[in-house]
Amino acid sequence: MDTEKVGDVRIVRLQGRLGEVSAPQFEERMKAFIAQGETRFVVHMEELEYISSAGLRSILSTAKDLKELKGALYLSGLTGAVKEVFDISHFSDIFKIYGSVSEALEAIGDNE
Amino acid sequence: MNDTVISERLKIPAAINRLDTVLDFVRTSANRAGFSPRRITDLVLAVEEAVGNICRYAYPGGNGEIVIFCGNDSEGAFSIEIADGGVPFDLLSVEKPVFEGSLSRRKTGGLGIYLIRHMVDEVRYRREGQRNIITLVMCDRAERKGRSPDPRSGSGGKHPCDAHNPSGAGL
Repeated sequence: MDTEKVGDVRIVRLQGRLGEVSAPQFEERMKAFIAQGETRFVVHMEELEYISSAGLRSILSTAKDLKELKGALYLSGLTGAVKEVFDISHFSDIFKIYGSVSEALEAIGDNE
Repeated sequence: MNDTVISERLKIPAAINRLDTVLDFVRTSANRAGFSPRRITDLVLAVEEAVGNICRYAYPGGNGEIVIFCGNDSEGAFSIEIADGGVPFDLLSVEKPVFEGSLSRRKTGGLGIYLIRHMVDEVRYRREGQRNIITLVMCDRAERKGRSPDPRSGSGGKHPCDAHNPSGAGL
């Protein structure tokens, strides 16, 4: 995963699979950012091949932590199998999802 | 065209750090069997969920193995058998998850098995001696067609590929 900071928003770009092996690594990385005081994130998934139930759990757990801190976790670039998994698991209903990183940044900015 | 008979077998310790080996094996077999990249993704995701479950729960407090077999059945459908010698567990007995609720109340129990049932055309389970055997069946090799919106609905005893390929030709 690659990350960059735009203003006070951390953009996290995921690649490959978010599953049994990588989901705990993702969650740990996010916890480390949060421990440093970061609370606003855009997680971009365009280059993700798929997300498994372990991946969904890591996203949900991070979102719950951020909610307690009044932070924000926005998602962008869901396609193919990733979008399908979000739709059939109804995770699409509980997350803010945008087409691109710039749309997500715009929305997160509007929601100051 | 895609009727080459394939049968390959992999035996591996039931450990998450061996999962990539399993997924590479499945990806290579499905690729050779003529599946599209998207269908391979569906299959690899289903196998990750099934094997992940075995690694976590089949051998409490001990080490065990997983044996994976990829091949075409007599009807031409591609199937993957995943066998373990762990505690008996019928994944088909797991209820569909409840999706209601807000972010803070959302639970994720049963989600992996729900994804397996959605991604492949049929899931079977049998207990054979001391082994659990899961079979994942894939019919459409290009794109998924005619998928029921509810992955719990069964094939009513017919071959799962009948619904996808009524003429029986072209597999």
